[in-house]
Amino acid sequence: MIIQQLFNGLALGMAYSLIAVGYSMVFGILRLINFSHGAIYAFSAHMALLFISMKFGIIPAILMSILITGILGILIDKTALEPLRKKNSIPIASLITTIGMANIIQNLLMIFFNTERKPFPAFFDFGMLKLGSVQINSTQIVMCLVSLILLVILTLIINKTKLGLAMRATEQNSKAANLMGINVNFVISFTFFLGGASAAIAGALIGGYYQIVYPGMGFMVGLKAFAAAVLGGIGVLHGSVVGGLVVGVSESFAATFLGSSYRDSVAFIILILVLIIKPTGLFGKKDIKKV
Amino acid sequence: MDKKMKKDTSKNFIFKMETLIEKYKIPIGIACAAVLLGFPYIGVNQYIMRIAIMIGIYSMLALGLNILTGYTGQVSLGHAGFYAIGAYTASLVSLKLGAGFIVSAIAGATLASFCGLLLGLPTLRLKGTYLSIVTLGFGEIVKMVLMNWDKVTNGTLGLKNIPRPSVFGLKLTLANNGIYYMMLVLLALITLVCILIIKSKIGRAFMSIKEDELAATMMGVKTTRYKVLAFVISAFITGIAGAFYASMIGFIDPNSFTFDISTLIISIVILGGMGTIRGMFVGSAILIAFPEVSRFMMDYRFVVYGIVLVVMMRFRPQGLLGWKSQMPYKFPKLAVQELEKRKKGNMQTQQV
Repeated sequence: MIIQQLFNGLALGMAYSLIAVGYSMVFGILRLINFSHGAIYAFSAHMALLFISMKFGIIPAILMSILITGILGILIDKTALEPLRKKNSIPIASLITTIGMANIIQNLLMIFFNTERKPFPAFFDFGMLKLGSVQINSTQIVMCLVSLILLVILTLIINKTKLGLAMRATEQNSKAANLMGINVNFVISFTFFLGGASAAIAGALIGGYYQIVYPGMGFMVGLKAFAAAVLGGIGVLHGSVVGGLVVGVSESFAATFLGSSYRDSVAFIILILVLIIKPTGLFGKKDIKKV
Repeated sequence: MDKKMKKDTSKNFIFKMETLIEKYKIPIGIACAAVLLGFPYIGVNQYIMRIAIMIGIYSMLALGLNILTGYTGQVSLGHAGFYAIGAYTASLVSLKLGAGFIVSAIAGATLASFCGLLLGLPTLRLKGTYLSIVTLGFGEIVKMVLMNWDKVTNGTLGLKNIPRPSVFGLKLTLANNGIYYMMLVLLALITLVCILIIKSKIGRAFMSIKEDELAATMMGVKTTRYKVLAFVISAFITGIAGAFYASMIGFIDPNSFTFDISTLIISIVILGGMGTIRGMFVGSAILIAFPEVSRFMMDYRFVVYGIVLVVMMRFRPQGLLGWKSQMPYKFPKLAVQELEKRKKGNMQTQQV
């Protein structure tokens, strides 16, 4: 039973960490909580559903949804956030802008796709696997593997490529990075693209896992993934993975041992405890403020 | 050069307006009071009265958050939690103990401010965005407790038949406009308290923390204590608003206090203009009335609501009424007395 729940939690946690990475990257560079990320995730799931219903085949449909969601991320940055950066406006203005954006996306989804819950094909279900007394759903294994591979790819992009170097430089000091000839705005847009794309993959995975999609789906998942990102130390990639796993596992344990109504809040309780004990999160670097 | 000129003229305009308002302060005040008091008698129906009351409630909420976010600079994304605590505590006190509105409202507000104290204590260690994150989590946890503590809160079914407030045996309802006047009285009281706080030493300490926490510490302001105090005051006001909301609407459940409410409150504060009192009324009037006025747009109204927020932040991030006062700064009486004493002392020493 415990091992079973552990696997449930791990699979879900990997998908959460994919969303958490999006929060984490944007926060690392802009010091901004991107509240529209949950809505982006819901958007991606709907796009995947739309393309699947247009008979593109499942893999091309998901690829297209990844592309379009990434572009949506860039669009949000270019239309709403970049002008604010140029004007050097107060941080809370950007925060409210992302809340407004989330509102726009979510309500447009409601208009075009209805508010009802729509079935999503279980496209990676290959039956159950038996390991001794434990039954593992193959969807969970696929979820874990796909997320793991993607997270490795993301880490490679950030640590090994030139663009990743630019991202890290911008994260440390965007002004200095700009002076070194880095196109900071391009780097930020690229970050939003990566965040959107990983959210889209998570959207397809979680959609396929629960086999259900609806416009409000991004809200709670977004908050939880955000909690995961902060838990692991926001701005740190492997931190998001650990945070996501912690949130996913604790959620599935809480759902079985405390009752399903607790599952949504366990993430926040852990989050607050971690923040009070270690404010920067598990792997966060300490900011040193110079006067 | 051109831009500077333009800025100067706008400053002049604000200065002129302010001197004008200052000059006719009493007639303007009387006119506003007359309009507000007479509002139910110009033949509006109950639906509009209800919206007016909701605007009043959200003004209170915004005034509460404004103390914390507008003046002290600590962004809270979990004020729905305090709102819920105030509403639930007050309803339970009046349902189970049969207490009157005032007692139950004070009980609700006290518990809310106690939770504010608990939530404010992490500010010892947390700053900026991290604090916002904790408040966000707080809001969600409050909702979870309300949903799961079945014995007391009746879970997701919510509390029903919450008694209406009554004055001298007269039950205040929507129909006899009692609720509306009650809202006006509460709102006036809260506004007064806010103004008094802001003009006092506490208020100046709050503003110094917002402007520059480090500098404030250097000047001897005990920042942690004042931040916690801001949390407590803010939660208290929010709790009163919650208690009033519960007795007005008569039914509450955990879904009346979602994260959307928190964002709505903070949107009001920012739209109206952070760190102003006037902005709170305008902000809540716009954001609460907007979904009602724009019913003809049907499904699109919440899209437009989002667009309004985004456009506002782009072109006027300081809020609609968020200008800085151009009037000369009025020193508090004590400070003036102290200054005069010192002046006299100086003159005496010079004479000697």
